[in-house]
Amino acid sequence: MTRRSTVTTERDPDTDTGSPAIEARGLVRRFGDTVAVNGVDLEVAPGEIYGILGPNGAGKTTTIRMLATLLRPDAGEGRVFGHDIVQNADAVRGRVSLTGQFASVDEDLSGRDNLVLIARLLGYARGDARRRADVLLGDFGLADAASRQVKGYSGGMRRRLDIAASMVVTPDLLFLDEPTTGLDPRSRNQVWDIVRALADAGTTVLLTTQYLDEADQLADRIAVIDRGRVIAEGTPGQLKSSVGAGALHLRLRDPGQREDAERLLAGVLGVPMQTGSDPAALSARVSDPDLAARAFAELAGAGIPVSDFAYGQPSLDEVFLALTGHPAEETTDTDDEEQVA
Amino acid sequence: MTTPSMASQAVETSLPSALAPGDRPTRPSALSASLTFAWRALRKMRYVPEQLFDAVFQPIVFTLLFTYLFGGALAGSTGEYLQFVLPGILVYTVVFMTMYTGVNLNTDISRGVADRFRSLPVWRPAVIVGALIGDTVRYTLASTIVLALGLVLGYRPEGDVVGVLISLALVLAFSFSLSWIWTTLGLLMQTPNAVLWTSTLLMLPLAFASNIFVDPATMPSWLETAVGYNPITHLVSAVRDLMAGDMPGQSIAWLLGASAALVAVFAPLTMYLYEHRR
Repeated sequence: MTRRSTVTTERDPDTDTGSPAIEARGLVRRFGDTVAVNGVDLEVAPGEIYGILGPNGAGKTTTIRMLATLLRPDAGEGRVFGHDIVQNADAVRGRVSLTGQFASVDEDLSGRDNLVLIARLLGYARGDARRRADVLLGDFGLADAASRQVKGYSGGMRRRLDIAASMVVTPDLLFLDEPTTGLDPRSRNQVWDIVRALADAGTTVLLTTQYLDEADQLADRIAVIDRGRVIAEGTPGQLKSSVGAGALHLRLRDPGQREDAERLLAGVLGVPMQTGSDPAALSARVSDPDLAARAFAELAGAGIPVSDFAYGQPSLDEVFLALTGHPAEETTDTDDEEQVA
Repeated sequence: MTTPSMASQAVETSLPSALAPGDRPTRPSALSASLTFAWRALRKMRYVPEQLFDAVFQPIVFTLLFTYLFGGALAGSTGEYLQFVLPGILVYTVVFMTMYTGVNLNTDISRGVADRFRSLPVWRPAVIVGALIGDTVRYTLASTIVLALGLVLGYRPEGDVVGVLISLALVLAFSFSLSWIWTTLGLLMQTPNAVLWTSTLLMLPLAFASNIFVDPATMPSWLETAVGYNPITHLVSAVRDLMAGDMPGQSIAWLLGASAALVAVFAPLTMYLYEHRR
């Protein structure tokens, strides 16, 4: 946290201070007959971690590739720190780094060679490039594997190398396309820590994810994207409350009492109870925490013992279901986008 | 700049020095970026020896095979055939190696590393020009092997060192230009294998319907005419003449013109596809 000020003073006081990190209006991109992105608007403030959340094929990768100047939009416009992503793509490239969905490193080379390559391309002299590579390899826990071919790296190592390659020069804006897809929980946590550390140092991060948990954990703000459109936008808290009520979840000690409990609670809460496949579980949308507490007391009074009782905001899973009418992680859409793009 | 030890206490993850970049270095020149990509191509030879193997092994096998197996039948004696075929094998070897340029470019794209290169603020053609420069080193290596082997087997270029060097330069220049066809294909095709097969299918008739292995005068007249239009034929003739001590100015001019035309058409096409297609 102490580093935020240090790094921002170091950063070039560029011509474009005051511009949003990302500003996109009506971005459209088609692949043949498929409309991968269908009018996406985004505004990301500098220093923010911004999450684009959506299922496979929703248009996340295509959106990020347009903003990173890898694809031209068919319609709409985008600006990164005030630079137009089509007219002034080179200026955009000078401010951003991209870590793609499939590790964007050269598998045939060693980890060190990969970083030296990027450092040289960014203008480091030979010796400086090697030193910079070794610093990064150390920081990302890859020093021991530095001379090995990337082909033999684990998924987590590859991903860390990939992010390290994006940080040879600390970018003002880092694009991370599904940074933790396919990683084990430990590697995923490492990537999360890296993202947080980067954001603390002042880098704006735009990440895409299909994991609601990830967006909730990392992002300051989230755009929920479905079928090429942004269908909701806000902080994780705002998104949850936009769905309305909090949620009450409880489990009865005796499943046989569920009907009694259902009747009683429907009366107290004034809303219908939902019952799932678990024969002892009941849940309901309840906006007032006091009412939830009363329900708990009434159950105890009626001699219906409760083994589990939880009241809280709805999960992002519930948010996604409420927004789109279909769950986030089950999609029947074919994934044209990733194949074409 | 904060010292790393201070920062490591502030940031939980071990990223202290990674986040202290100092000044952004100045952007490299077009040449420097291209040479960096050439370095990458050469570096790869260490880790992917198959392509080096190709560069070394194939010319040796071909020289031996054509000289000793077919030489007697084609030219009466192996010694005479070697004198005829060696410049041809030199051209054949290098020209076939050019196909890897397209295959490698396609591999970069399908693996995703091309995305990183494209998101860097460097001179756009550097990635391809650099790869071609790296390939040129491989071509030189292969040419040297073919020539050395030829000398050992008894091939004697009557032209002096200058003739040999000019013919090598001509082969490299033509191969560099030809490579742009493969980079175009590399961007159009979906998989590295598709690129390899398509280029082979295009290359085989060009290589065999030429004067590489036999004198076109022995062919039916329609084929002889067709062979006369094949740029490979012109290249082989020029190399033969140069190595024999002649200076075929007209052929050289023709070849340089053809090379320039190839680059003029396929380099912009490659770059357009590189920018727009994926």
